[in-house]
Amino acid sequence: MDIVSTLRVNRTERPFTADTRTTLLDALREQLDLTGTKKGCDQGACGACTVLLDGKRVLSCLSLAAQCEGREVTTIEGLARDGKLHPVQAAFIRHDGFQCGYCTPGQIMSAVALLKEGRAGSDEEIREFMSGNLCRCGAYPNIVAAIREVARLGSESQ
Amino acid sequence: MVTTAPLVGQSVKRKEDPRLLTGNGRYLDDIRLPNTHHMAVRRSPYGHANILSIDTEAAANLPGVVGVFTAEDLKDSVKPLPCGMPAGGVENHLPPHRVLAQDRVRYVGDAVAFVVANDPYIAHDAMELIDVQYQELPAVVDAARAVEPGAPQLHDEAPGNICMHWTAGNKDDTDAAFANAEVVVKHHIYNQRLIPNPLETRGTLANYDAGTEETTLWVTSQLPHVHKILLSAFVLDIPEHKLRLIAPEIGGAFGSKIFLYADMALTAWASKHLGVPVKFVETRMENYVATQHGRDQTQDIELAARRDGTMLGLRVKSLANLGAYPSTIAPGVVTALFGRMVSGAYRIPAIWVEVDGVYTNTAMVDAYRGAGRPEATYLVERMVDLLADELAMDPVDVRRKNFIPPDAFPYTPPDLGMLPYDSGNYAVTLDRALNHVNYSALRAQQEEGRKAGRLMGIGISSYVEVCGLAPSSWIQKQGWGGPMYESAEIRVLPTGKISAVTGSLSHGQGHETTFAQIVADEFGVGMGDVEIKYGDTAGAPFGMGTYGSRSLAVGGTALQKSAQKIKEKILAIGANLLEVAPEDVEFDHGSVSVKGAPGSSKTLAEIAFAAWLNTGVPAGMEAGLEATTYYDPPSCTFPFGTHICVVDVDPDTGHVDIIRYVAVDDVGPVVNPMIVDGQLEGGIAQGIGQALFEGAVYDKFGYLLTGSMIDYAVPRASYLPNFELDRTVTPSPISAFGSKGVGEAGTIASTPAVANAVVDALSHLGIRDLQMPITPQRVWHALQQPK
Repeated sequence: MDIVSTLRVNRTERPFTADTRTTLLDALREQLDLTGTKKGCDQGACGACTVLLDGKRVLSCLSLAAQCEGREVTTIEGLARDGKLHPVQAAFIRHDGFQCGYCTPGQIMSAVALLKEGRAGSDEEIREFMSGNLCRCGAYPNIVAAIREVARLGSESQ
Repeated sequence: MVTTAPLVGQSVKRKEDPRLLTGNGRYLDDIRLPNTHHMAVRRSPYGHANILSIDTEAAANLPGVVGVFTAEDLKDSVKPLPCGMPAGGVENHLPPHRVLAQDRVRYVGDAVAFVVANDPYIAHDAMELIDVQYQELPAVVDAARAVEPGAPQLHDEAPGNICMHWTAGNKDDTDAAFANAEVVVKHHIYNQRLIPNPLETRGTLANYDAGTEETTLWVTSQLPHVHKILLSAFVLDIPEHKLRLIAPEIGGAFGSKIFLYADMALTAWASKHLGVPVKFVETRMENYVATQHGRDQTQDIELAARRDGTMLGLRVKSLANLGAYPSTIAPGVVTALFGRMVSGAYRIPAIWVEVDGVYTNTAMVDAYRGAGRPEATYLVERMVDLLADELAMDPVDVRRKNFIPPDAFPYTPPDLGMLPYDSGNYAVTLDRALNHVNYSALRAQQEEGRKAGRLMGIGISSYVEVCGLAPSSWIQKQGWGGPMYESAEIRVLPTGKISAVTGSLSHGQGHETTFAQIVADEFGVGMGDVEIKYGDTAGAPFGMGTYGSRSLAVGGTALQKSAQKIKEKILAIGANLLEVAPEDVEFDHGSVSVKGAPGSSKTLAEIAFAAWLNTGVPAGMEAGLEATTYYDPPSCTFPFGTHICVVDVDPDTGHVDIIRYVAVDDVGPVVNPMIVDGQLEGGIAQGIGQALFEGAVYDKFGYLLTGSMIDYAVPRASYLPNFELDRTVTPSPISAFGSKGVGEAGTIASTPAVANAVVDALSHLGIRDLQMPITPQRVWHALQQPK
C-alpha cells in the first residue's frame, strides 16, 4: 500500500508517494533523489544514515518516512549555505577526517548535532558521543580533532 | 617563469574531499538509470543441505516481479566463478563455485535463486516467497575438524576437504636446527576469522544496451579490468569487447571487493535476458554471510634457539580455512603471502612451513587487509615474546639479537621462496619507538605498579611486510594466472591540461591527490591542471587495481615513466618551435626554454597545442602528446617498523585500556604525509580490532552467530586511543621516489603489539597467552585460573 506525504527537507517542501513501510532513509534516497545520506546497515548500527530531524540527530533507517511529515529534515545536502561549507565540513578537510567518504555524511550530521548538544567538552566525550557512527577506515583520531577544533572555535567566537 | 614548489612530500589537501563532504560522491547505489529493476537473492539458511525442490510460483506471481531464476535457468549460459590464484607449484583441488547452488548448498548465504522486480521492496518480498525444501546434512565449520577422518565432506572433487598441501623452506635443515637447539618453544595460535565490514556493502548495476549489444556493469570493485576479463573469459557469454566495467566511488573495501562475486554475473545475465537495467545491492546481513571473510588460520609453531636468544629454526604447520568454495585468490594468498613471510624481521637460518587449505561450511575466506602477512607477523612476533619469556630475556634484546642487520640487504630468507627484502634498518625503528615510550622508565613503572596490583603491559611488534605486489613473473609462480604490472596513460591535452589514467583504483586511499602531486611535479604545473582518472575499462589501458599496498610503488612509478616519455617529446617539439636543437633546450616549471636564454621559451600549453594541431611537430614525429606505460617492477618492496602498545588491564573486569600507542614506520619516502598517516591510523585501528574486539563465530551447524554490526564488534571511536606516529625513511631501490607502500602496514604491525602488551601485563601471574579477540571475558577467565 502506498502513502502520499510531504517531507520538509533542507528548507523545501518535498511531496512523495511510497510504500507505507518506506523508511526516511529510503524516501530521501529513492523518492527524493537525495543520495548524500548513506545506507550502511539499515539496522541502526552504523550511523551512516544520520540526519537531523527538527535539529536532533536520528538514524533515518530506523525512522518511517510517514512519521516525519511536517517536521524539518536536514541532510548533508542542506548543510552548506550559499556555497560555503559548514564549519564541521571545513574542519573535516583540515583534519583529514575521512578516507572512503561513505560514513562521512553521517559523521558530519552527527558531529553537527553533538556540538549543539554541548557534548564536545573533551576528546573522551567526543569519542563517546560519536560512538554511534562507525568509520571502518579508522579516521577516528582525525574526526575527533576536527570536532574538537570546531568546538574550540565556537566557544572562542561566543 | 612561474615557480612551483615540489608537491611531492607535501600534505596537500585531498582533491576528493569536497564532493565526499557534501553528499556528492556517487557510489554504486547512488547511480540512477531509467527503469532500473532490482535483484534480491534467496540464500541458504543451512550450513550444509541438499536442495530437494524449489518452488518459484508464488514469487513469480507477485505484481511487479519480472523474473525468478534458479540454477536450471542459467546452466547453459553462466559458468562457475574461477579461482585465479591456486597455490603455486602444488596440486589444487578446485571444485566449481556455481553462481547459484545446484543440488546442494554448502554455507549459510549460498545463493539458491534470485528475483528481479520493479521495486526493491517487492524484490525482497518475492524472494521470501520462494519455497525451497532442503534436507539438512551434517556441517563442519572448523578447519581442524574438517580434516579429521569421518568429517562431513563438502566436495567430491576435494577428498578430505583438502584444497591443497603446500610447503616452503628446507625440512632437513630445519630438523637439524631443532636437533641442535638448546631451547624449543612451542605454541598454538588460532588467528581468528574476521569480517571486513566496509561501510558500503557490495553491489552491481547491469545495463544491457540492445542497440549496441554492449553490457555495462557498475561494480563495487577494487580491480574492474581484472573482473572484466574473468567475467568475459570464464563466466559469461559476453565477448570482451561488448563488456564494460565501471567502478564508481567505492565506500571502503579492505580486500573484500577484490573477488569475483556471483551477483556480478547474475545482474549481467538478467539485464540482457530481461532487457532492463538490474541492480543488486547487498543488505548488511548478506555482506556478513556472503561476502568473503579474512584470516581464519590455525597454526602450530615451534621455534628453536640457543639460550642466548639466537634463533636457529622455525617450524610452522598451518590450516587455512578457505570456507565453502575456492575464492578468487585464496589458495595463493594463504600460501605465498603467509608462508614466505613467516621469518619476519629476523635472520632465521632454517625454516619449514606447511599450509593445508581446507574447505568448510562457512563463507569463503580470502585476502583481507594484510592478507597473509598479518597471520605471519602475529605468529613470529608472538613467538619472539614467548622465547624471551622462556629465556627470561627482555623481548627487546631478543629482537635486536636476531634482526636482519642493515648491511645484509638485499636479504633473502633462506630457502623460503621470497623475493629479496629490498632495504631496511630495523633496529632504528625499534630504538626510536623505545625512546618515545621511555622504555626503561616504563619497565620500572611496571615493576613498581605490580607491587600495588596494577596490571600494566608493554607490547612490541617489529614487523616487515611485502608490498608493492609484483613482478608478474614472481606472482605467476605463486599461482596467479594474470600479470602484476600497473598501467599509466598520460595525455597532455591541447590546452596544456593533463589527464592521467591509472590502472590502480582508489577506494579511499586518495589516489586523485597523491598521483596528481606526482604528475604535476613531473610537468611543473599545479594540482588543478591535473586530473587523475581510473575505474572505467572503456578506453583505459588494462590495469591491475588496488590491493597489496601496491598503487604508489607500482602505479606511481608507471605514471612517472609515462610522464618522462612525454617530456622527451615536449623537448623535441619545444626545440623545434624555438628553432634550436633539442640538446639546447630544457624543460622546467612547465616551459621549455633555450639553455642560458630563459626569455626564449614555450609554455607547456603552446607545445601541447602545436603537438595536437600538428603545427611544429618535428619531421618524422607523430602528432599528439601522450604515453602509456605498463610498469612491471623487478621486485617487491618491504616496509618495516616497530609499534609499541602500552596497556592497563583492569584486574576486576578484565577490560584492556590502551594507554599509549606508538608507531614508528618506515615506508620509504612519502608523497603525501597526511594521507600516509591516515592509512597508518586506519590500519592500526583494524589491527587493534582483531586483537581486542573482532571475531566471526559460527555455530556447529554453520550458522553465523556474529551476523550484524550489533553482534560483531567493529571498533567505534570510543574503543580506540589516539596514536603517536613517527617514521624513519629508508628508500627502496625498486620504486620511483623509493616509496614502499603503506596501506596494510598498520594492520600487520598492530595486532601482535596489542596482544603482546596484554600478555605482558599478565605474565607475572603465569599467563603466557590469550586467544584473540582478547575480550574482557577472556582476560577475566584467565585471571581466575589457579596459577
